Amino acid sequence: MNEFVATVVRGLGNGSIYALLALGFVIVYKSMRVISFAQPAFMMAGALLTGYLVLSMNFFVAVGVALLLTGLLGAGVERLALRPMIGKPVFVIAIITLGVDIVIRTVVNSFIGLDIRQMGDPWGLRQVDVLGAKIDQRHLATLVTTLIVVAALFAFYRWSRTGLAMRAASSDQEVALAQGVSVGRVFSLSWALAAALAGLAGVFLSTGIGLEQNLWLTALKALPVIILGGLDSLGGAVVAGLTVGVIEALVGSYGDNLHPVFGGDFFLVVPYLLMLLVLLVRPYGLFGTGEVERI
Amino acid sequence: MLAAKNLEVVYDDVMLVLRGVGLEVPQGRIVALLGANGAGKSTLLRAFSGLLDVHDGAVRRGSITLDGEPIHTYGASRIAALGIKQVLEGRRILADLTVEENLRIGGHVSPRSIKTNLDRTYQLFPVLADRRRKLAGYLSGGEQQMLAIGRALMSDPKYLLLDEPSLGLAPMIVQQIRDVIVQINQDGTTVLLVEQNAAMALSIAEHGYVLENGAMVMDKPAAELLADGDVREFYLGLGAEGSAKSFRDVKHYRRRKRWLS
Repeated sequence: MNEFVATVVRGLGNGSIYALLALGFVIVYKSMRVISFAQPAFMMAGALLTGYLVLSMNFFVAVGVALLLTGLLGAGVERLALRPMIGKPVFVIAIITLGVDIVIRTVVNSFIGLDIRQMGDPWGLRQVDVLGAKIDQRHLATLVTTLIVVAALFAFYRWSRTGLAMRAASSDQEVALAQGVSVGRVFSLSWALAAALAGLAGVFLSTGIGLEQNLWLTALKALPVIILGGLDSLGGAVVAGLTVGVIEALVGSYGDNLHPVFGGDFFLVVPYLLMLLVLLVRPYGLFGTGEVERI
Repeated sequence: MLAAKNLEVVYDDVMLVLRGVGLEVPQGRIVALLGANGAGKSTLLRAFSGLLDVHDGAVRRGSITLDGEPIHTYGASRIAALGIKQVLEGRRILADLTVEENLRIGGHVSPRSIKTNLDRTYQLFPVLADRRRKLAGYLSGGEQQMLAIGRALMSDPKYLLLDEPSLGLAPMIVQQIRDVIVQINQDGTTVLLVEQNAAMALSIAEHGYVLENGAMVMDKPAAELLADGDVREFYLGLGAEGSAKSFRDVKHYRRRKRWLS
């Protein structure tokens, strides 16, 4: 039982990271109808900036400043590399984001170097006892922060003037323009938000275990998550992220002796199996919106 | 006064859609703009509201002025903030937002007066007040058109550009929309009305323009247009005697479309 609770919390912690990454994908997709493959780079950039800033300031302040800078980086990339491509085929824009990803990651990698860079976070690998289960503090911290960030994000989209403008621009750009919404600003803000969320995911991913060059591969887990949740659903991204995290953790803990054919690292494949399954049944994802139609 | 002078608009750098068009909308009036499909009416409205570049269009010559100040180089959001709002053709409500959210987005450029404008809009369209929490996509066609007009009014525009508000609506609803337009005008908003339903448009407008193949061919007070023989025949579907024209009276060889000769 204790092991089960620990596993689930570990899954929720990792799932929160997937959810943060997936939210970034969804936000960009909603505004531009493009999948931004630059998310892994922003994730690494956020973590790296935190790693450097933490040397001279408090961890939480460092995270705040790093996320702000990552957001600015995202907005800058959008303004320079993507704004001129508006109206071009979606495929072209997606490839550009791939290029942006490689450029930023190369720069970031040269700063990371070959060693593992510590985040200087207050959690490390310490554990707490919850109901007798030993739980990593960093997983709890990730989960709680993610829930707060998600709640804030939803409130922003639901009630704020800018959030409403972003939703309007995502559903019909010409109408939004006709109402006086500056669609360019919506694009910038979307990219800034997505980059900052990815940066936050990067910070949490590298707390405890530290930041190293290959960590960006984790960001690819967000792809099965957004397929699972639906490309255009914020709520779907969160639910699917947590689900994938928990299932992955459960299979990791208990799946070893399922069948010898699966081998020990079967849990790495599970998210993708889940994705295939969902694609078969609901191609637009579990929470992807079907169109509202009058009958 | 909102005015276009000698306006030339091209799409994709090659398609000349408006060829030296002039139009004046004096403050406080209703002006009607008539024309067949493809004449360039919507293009003219887009030029006014700054939405041309969404469609790869550009003003190549001439000018659009608001009280003498040229505005055709401004972006759409700046023009909306100046008080010129366009209601797009085909209603274009945001189907997955609620009615109230649709209205609130209409007040994007005047966030401070959203509350009063909401009240005013609900007074003008009581049916929207009943449905304020519903998804806009589930409204009927007439309600959607009212929502589209109400949304444009949410920022207290000085000029309202209506693109075929009667499109696809039952005659009863068209009457309602017409009354609403008159009401809006009496409340102090200047209206430029683009319509296929010429009878409706000319019955409330003071001045009318007829656009054909990108050029303005008529520019007269509405009453004169209503009496004009050509307008009666081609836009109101009436014969010379004022009765509906019957094709039975036309010799069959004249009715037949001839591609050669």
